[in-house]
Amino acid sequence: MDYSQFLLMHEELSLLAVILILFVADLFLCPDKKSGKGIYNTCLPVVLLGIHTALNLLPCSCANATEAFGGMYQYTPMMTIVKSVLSIGTLIVFLMAHKWLSRPENLVKQGEFYLLSLFTLLGMYFMIGSGHFLMFFIGLELASVPMTALIAFDKTKHESAEAGAKFILLALFSSALLLYGISLIYGATGSLYFDEISVLLDGSAFSIFGLVLFITGMGFKISLVPFHLWTADTYEGAPTSVTAFLSVISKGAAAFVLLTVFIKAFCASDLMYSWNTGLYWIIVASITVANLFAIRQNNLKRFMAFSAISQAGYLVLALMDGTAQGMTALVFYLLVYMVSNLGAFAVMTSVEENSGKILISDYDGLYATNPKLAFLMTLCLFSLAGIPPFAGFFSKFFVFMAAFKAGYPLLVFIALANTVISLYYYLLIVKAMYIKQPAGEAIPTFRSDNYTRLALALCILGVIVLGLGGVFYNYIDLFSYGV
Amino acid sequence: MESTILILLLPFFSFLLLGVFGKWFSHKAAGLVGTAVLAVVALLSYQTAYDYFFLTERTAEGALPTLIPYNVTWLPFFVNGLSFDMGILLDPISVMMLIVISTVSLMVHIYSFGYMHGERGFQRYYAFLSLFTMSMLGLVVATNIFQMYMFWELVGVSSYLLIGFYYQSPAAIAASKKAFIVTRFADLFFLIGILIYGYYCKSFGFDFSQEGFAAGAAMLPLSLFLMFIGGAGKSAMFPLHIWLPDAMEGPTPVSALIHAATMVVAGVFQIARLFPLWIEYAPDTLHIVAWIGAFTAFYAAAVACCQSDIKRVLAFSTISQIAFMMVSLGVCYEYTTGHEHVGSLGFMASMFHLFTHAMFKALLFLGAGCIIHAVHSNEMSAMGGLRKYMPITHITFLIACLAISGIPPFSGFFSKDEILTAAFAYMPAMGWIMTAIAAMTAFYMFRLYFGIFWGTENKELHAEHTPHEAPLTMTFPLMFLAVVTCFAGFIPFGHFVSADNMVYDIHLDWNVAGTSIIIAVASIFLATYMYIGERQPKADALAEKFQKLHRWAYKRFYLDEVYQFVTHRIIFAHISKPIAKFDRRIVDGFFNFLAWGTNGLSTAIRGFQSGSVQKYAFVFLLGTLALLAIMIFA
Repeated sequence: MDYSQFLLMHEELSLLAVILILFVADLFLCPDKKSGKGIYNTCLPVVLLGIHTALNLLPCSCANATEAFGGMYQYTPMMTIVKSVLSIGTLIVFLMAHKWLSRPENLVKQGEFYLLSLFTLLGMYFMIGSGHFLMFFIGLELASVPMTALIAFDKTKHESAEAGAKFILLALFSSALLLYGISLIYGATGSLYFDEISVLLDGSAFSIFGLVLFITGMGFKISLVPFHLWTADTYEGAPTSVTAFLSVISKGAAAFVLLTVFIKAFCASDLMYSWNTGLYWIIVASITVANLFAIRQNNLKRFMAFSAISQAGYLVLALMDGTAQGMTALVFYLLVYMVSNLGAFAVMTSVEENSGKILISDYDGLYATNPKLAFLMTLCLFSLAGIPPFAGFFSKFFVFMAAFKAGYPLLVFIALANTVISLYYYLLIVKAMYIKQPAGEAIPTFRSDNYTRLALALCILGVIVLGLGGVFYNYIDLFSYGV
Repeated sequence: MESTILILLLPFFSFLLLGVFGKWFSHKAAGLVGTAVLAVVALLSYQTAYDYFFLTERTAEGALPTLIPYNVTWLPFFVNGLSFDMGILLDPISVMMLIVISTVSLMVHIYSFGYMHGERGFQRYYAFLSLFTMSMLGLVVATNIFQMYMFWELVGVSSYLLIGFYYQSPAAIAASKKAFIVTRFADLFFLIGILIYGYYCKSFGFDFSQEGFAAGAAMLPLSLFLMFIGGAGKSAMFPLHIWLPDAMEGPTPVSALIHAATMVVAGVFQIARLFPLWIEYAPDTLHIVAWIGAFTAFYAAAVACCQSDIKRVLAFSTISQIAFMMVSLGVCYEYTTGHEHVGSLGFMASMFHLFTHAMFKALLFLGAGCIIHAVHSNEMSAMGGLRKYMPITHITFLIACLAISGIPPFSGFFSKDEILTAAFAYMPAMGWIMTAIAAMTAFYMFRLYFGIFWGTENKELHAEHTPHEAPLTMTFPLMFLAVVTCFAGFIPFGHFVSADNMVYDIHLDWNVAGTSIIIAVASIFLATYMYIGERQPKADALAEKFQKLHRWAYKRFYLDEVYQFVTHRIIFAHISKPIAKFDRRIVDGFFNFLAWGTNGLSTAIRGFQSGSVQKYAFVFLLGTLALLAIMIFA
């Protein structure tokens, strides 16, 4: 066996190395239970993950498209970009989780948090790099089982445990359907290699059934309507940092995989039409239904859950155009959505950790007591709503452009009309922070810890700098590919 | 040449620094930061100019090349291969403008140190000056019309901010709003022009040798004229000039920088930038520009003769002089190359006048600033006899007056003479009209000069405190600009800037030059005769005799009142109000209905989110089946 093939997987291997180091470090460097001091406290994982990302982004490591292990593992330079986006996102989540992990009840088990999230990330890496349905499925499960443990991290809390239970039950349900779909595809083609499937698959009802079940499985991960019902309950129950991770990293990876697997395995021209029809209705339903629910929420985490479902609809809008342009739009949208959403979550975590409040009505008058936080939150919400000149405007623009070019003007119109509704509910929060007078005491003035500040700085930098759309877009465009 | 990007970035960073962290700076530190940055920018501009004019190799025909040292695609379109680019383009006119802007801006920065001493918001003032300088520099080095438009708007915004700098004075607020609205209104046409241009010619760039232009030739005159309307707004051409006199409410150094030397010539620069297109595809439209310019020049000169506020006189004289540049561009009739390019001599003349005018008009405004600083009033009645108290201001002001009147050897003579030559070459009538306006210029400038420095002293005012010469920070820029004004005429300008970028030797046409000198001297004598004395019986008698005409000219021919009437009585009352009603009742009503419906639907479906996992799984399964049905049977 040629062991040099392992070198192609250097991204996965270096992440694995990070995990192992942290695993050992957890044994020896666990912080003092009373003082909470110790090198292991946030700093080490962040630095290691930073090194890992930097190594991935080195120009020399972006090799040409290759495959290894007989096609089980496939690599294209685009994957490096997506993996880096995901690992940067994880890094930001680590930063903003610092205060939460420093709570006395979490101090001992904070090592678990890092390990579980990194294992999830590793699963996503494998899912992205897979060239075979078995590999894909293992990656998917590696990404969801630790996720459950993360959701139920505050195990003494009733909501957290309930959220974990709901998630694992529905995740199993969707995995079962997905496996059923894979077996149907195997039945239709006699193979599980993406390359072979793409040649053998035709537009028969049998293969469409397989495709539908595949979309269902991924739709659960991306939380698209009607596979989204777990989202609000889980987001509400899970610890806020985990919710942030769930809403961005896990969703983004799944959306990208949905597109790449489609390009690799399902791009038979007969399937293209039914793929687009299916996605069409999913997108319309996701954006509209999620918006309608988001209007009524008062719990900010539930609110963000519906906002995330609606954003996922926009994300999938890029998939309507299965070409290279669609992929660029998708990855750019993912990047921008990540910084905007994580920025909003960073503010939420900070407020929650310092005052314990999480309702929108608690945010009344935040501007008077914490003007900087309120302002940063506003920037992030503007970016999520797609107001120029923030990054969110450009990412939406490119996504709309891709769908429009693919020949779906009506869909773009529906999506546009929905941005108006989304603007309404994002502005509700801005209104609460700036205009409304608090009924009782407003959230008192506090100072965020430095890790949260760093996380916020990274996100805001992204929101502003990525607004210079073209440059980053063109860079991503260099690596993208399509049907 | 790579360092040119710093010319744009440095003022931008100083804007951010002073704008965001301004309150951490003392007045002195803020002023020093702003001035030091501008000094570096000026040095970089001079170095760029030196590199460009003397070290860059000319093309085989002997023309100066067009260089693009820096360019990025900012926003690509996916159709037609169009894109919005950002970059830096160096060619003779942009390099010339770099020198003009950075020099005048540096002088104004130094001058403001004294003039704005102790003002509230000193840091903010310097931040805005930096922003303006950045925008103006970005405008002239734009590689394409869209970038130009963006910086054009930024220039408009910074002008708005600076005019309204004294935001507690209602007059300043009104003036800044007026300036912004009028220029913005004109810019709308500019934008439409750009869109037509991009659509038909398939390009936003300034490389006019592509074949796309021939295809769009039919639409080019319209598009260019629309762009000119935008330019007319910024350059205060009749009837869009009404904002400029009011803009004098801003601090005087700002008037010198923005409303005399740089921003107001943006319209001239725009035509010069697109000159090959004008001359090739729209020569007739170009002549319309010339006649608009000629009328503006006459109108402004006539009004300037009767104003009593010294800054307003200067404002109208600026309008008139910019109109000279417009005329000069407009009288070009053919794109000839070679040594005797009479047909496009006006291009060179216009740019030359732009250069000299920027210097002496900045000098006039800065001088006026010193005077206002000394007597605390803009009105000529508060002045008189100041030559004894303010010798430096007096001499430099006189030099500028001689220059603008076209007396050799001062710079204005040379550039104005080229304009007149170009005008005579186009049509003798135009030549004579412009000569007559030049005579009016000499008359009103010396009326102003005698009114300030000679004539009756205002004893009451001087009793309170005697006027005194301004500090060195204010007089140094005056002296510097005066020296430039004395010698700029001898620059072989045609070697650097000409319509075809080739070397052109300026040679005076003594018929034209002689006539204009004689007429200018005669007007100066007339002004001396009328205004030098302690009392001015002749002028008063004349004003008495043509009372109505004088009143009309003093009131600027009631144009502002006409605008008021048209906007308030006609547009607001009969068009806007009904539309507003329609908007409130029907359009808003429709959306309120939609919002009501959305809210209702949202309440209706909330039962789905029940919290029970069994139900979730059930919906999940139903969804899968529905999707299957859609995908198979669609």
